[in-house]
Amino acid sequence: MDALMVKDFTKSYGKHVGVDGISFNVKHGEIFGLIGPNGAGKTTTLRVLSTLLSVTSGEMYVYGKSVVDEPNEVRRIISYLPEDAGAYKHLTGRQYLDFISTFFASGEERKRMVSRGMEITGLGDRINSKVDTYSKGMMRRLLIARAIMTRPKFAILDEVTSGLDVVNATEIRQIIKDLSSEGVTILLSSHNMFEVEYLCDRVALIDKGKIVAEGAPGELKRKYQAENLEEVFTKVVRG
Amino acid sequence: MRHLLSLLKKEVRELLTPATVLPIVILAVLFASFGGFTGGVVEEALGSPPTVAIVDLDEGKYSALYFDALISRNATIVYNGSNVDDAISAMKESGAMATLVIGQDYSSLIESGERANITVYWNLKGTGLFSSMSTAPVDMVISEVRTKTSKLLIEDGMAGDPDIIMSPIGYQSTTFLGDNRLDGVSPAEVSAFMQTQSFMMPLLIMIVIVMLGGIIISSMGQEKENKTLETLLTLPVNRTTIVSGKLLGSAFVGLLFAGIYMIGLNFYMEGLMDTAASMELSQLELGTTDTAIVGIMVALAILCALGLCMILGAFAKNYKAAQSLTIPISFLAVIPFFVVLFADFSSLPLPAQAILFVIPFTHPMIAMNNMIMGDYMLVYYGIAYLVAFTLATVIITVRLYKSDILLTGLGTTIASGPLGKLFGKK
Repeated sequence: MDALMVKDFTKSYGKHVGVDGISFNVKHGEIFGLIGPNGAGKTTTLRVLSTLLSVTSGEMYVYGKSVVDEPNEVRRIISYLPEDAGAYKHLTGRQYLDFISTFFASGEERKRMVSRGMEITGLGDRINSKVDTYSKGMMRRLLIARAIMTRPKFAILDEVTSGLDVVNATEIRQIIKDLSSEGVTILLSSHNMFEVEYLCDRVALIDKGKIVAEGAPGELKRKYQAENLEEVFTKVVRG
Repeated sequence: MRHLLSLLKKEVRELLTPATVLPIVILAVLFASFGGFTGGVVEEALGSPPTVAIVDLDEGKYSALYFDALISRNATIVYNGSNVDDAISAMKESGAMATLVIGQDYSSLIESGERANITVYWNLKGTGLFSSMSTAPVDMVISEVRTKTSKLLIEDGMAGDPDIIMSPIGYQSTTFLGDNRLDGVSPAEVSAFMQTQSFMMPLLIMIVIVMLGGIIISSMGQEKENKTLETLLTLPVNRTTIVSGKLLGSAFVGLLFAGIYMIGLNFYMEGLMDTAASMELSQLELGTTDTAIVGIMVALAILCALGLCMILGAFAKNYKAAQSLTIPISFLAVIPFFVVLFADFSSLPLPAQAILFVIPFTHPMIAMNNMIMGDYMLVYYGIAYLVAFTLATVIITVRLYKSDILLTGLGTTIASGPLGKLFGKK
């Protein structure tokens, strides 16, 4: 069974079509990247998959569960990290992880979950500081820890390293690689083609709501005789 | 200078937004309307002819002056006899303003140079700021009789205490308010007392709702801006639980605010109760059951406010947008406060009553007065309405939390169909 099956998915906002009949599959344990410019439909696709927005038409299944008909079941499987997400500023990092853990586990298991989250953040003693004192990098680490400490089957990460410095971005990419090696399926979106090329097993290039190319980064580079995905994207979009 | 002008323009543009201008304009319109309304109330009270029951046990020269004054003012006399109880019953049944009881030795006391007292039983029909004014025509009759009596005494060459000659009549008041009989208390005293009591409850409700509305809507705006709401909505918990959690958490804070204010007001009320006539007026205070009913209504009103805030908050895209969405909630709290302050619910025209009834915050504001007046039906209807309103807001909020509107705002989803096919159920 595919981890994710998207078939003829369309999302409209009135007359504006945000995503126009896209189809793609993600295999279990794979890191799959959705790449494209601003407004291409990446975030909309991720939000619909996360059960935040409704489907205009088409089908979406996460590990066989319908996003349209079984949103509560889907929410048990996924973990979604929005772009530029924040945490409750009056809480400390530890309190925030503790709050999230209450929705996934209880007793000793919950304690282990929070410990794992604290370890992933790498924040040391700062985990006990109020979230509003965190830098952008610290906040992103906390949120990634929040998203993956629950050991989700399917992680959805939107622009995961956006706005981070090189050191923080590199560390976070490593965390994602480690997560994948543990068998978690990951769907991510990014503007950063180099990051996608480094992380993803397969990618879909999306432009103006349509998938214009799909495959492993190496395959796509060979097919379009390009040095990198950025070049692939430019060639595909410009014809 | 050019730089200053540019900065000035920028500041004015930023500060003069619909969110800042609209409240001022609406308040100005409200005050203008209240001015017209109160002017009308005062004019009507002073201009209407007196309606009285009269018991004249004296039937003398000076008691006849009351009849002269009443006739000259086109008064309606609903009872003219010798039985005080019958007179009071007639006054209550007919809704007359007062019962005047003139004692047997009234004229002889005046003639012997002493001050004569009459007893006035006032029929107070409401507790608004101008309710006591409804008895003014009878007050004017007594005042006229006093002047005429004084004039007659002077004309007759009466010698004696000048103070008594200038003011030969006194009166003792007993006021009826609903089922309450308040001996030795005038309508003005009752009205003043009721204002201190019934003014504070609406004020408390208005403050709590305006303050809480601002906090809740702004916090929803912040949740959206910080995208903590997106995280919350993807957790494995159903939307009804999320809405209930938000509602109950906020209600707890609201009741805490109300409790803190209530303690302060209690001290204020205790201070007032030390004044004269307080023993008699203390019977107008609510008993334990009635207080509990008011408490329940305040709690329900807070839940209604929170439900409305959550519905409005769902449309706020960010913190700034949320700020302007607090305006409707504030006005819904301010309007009944001002109306209740000046007038009785029952004395309002039917359309005004209907509008006020629809506003949920009206009900706890008028509950105290209704209970004192013995009108429990309106209180129970109010409770039923508040419960229905709360449930409706919860259902709508849950529906909104399942919809795209919560994340996309109103524009995009409305455009996609009639209210997004009622919010595009997920």
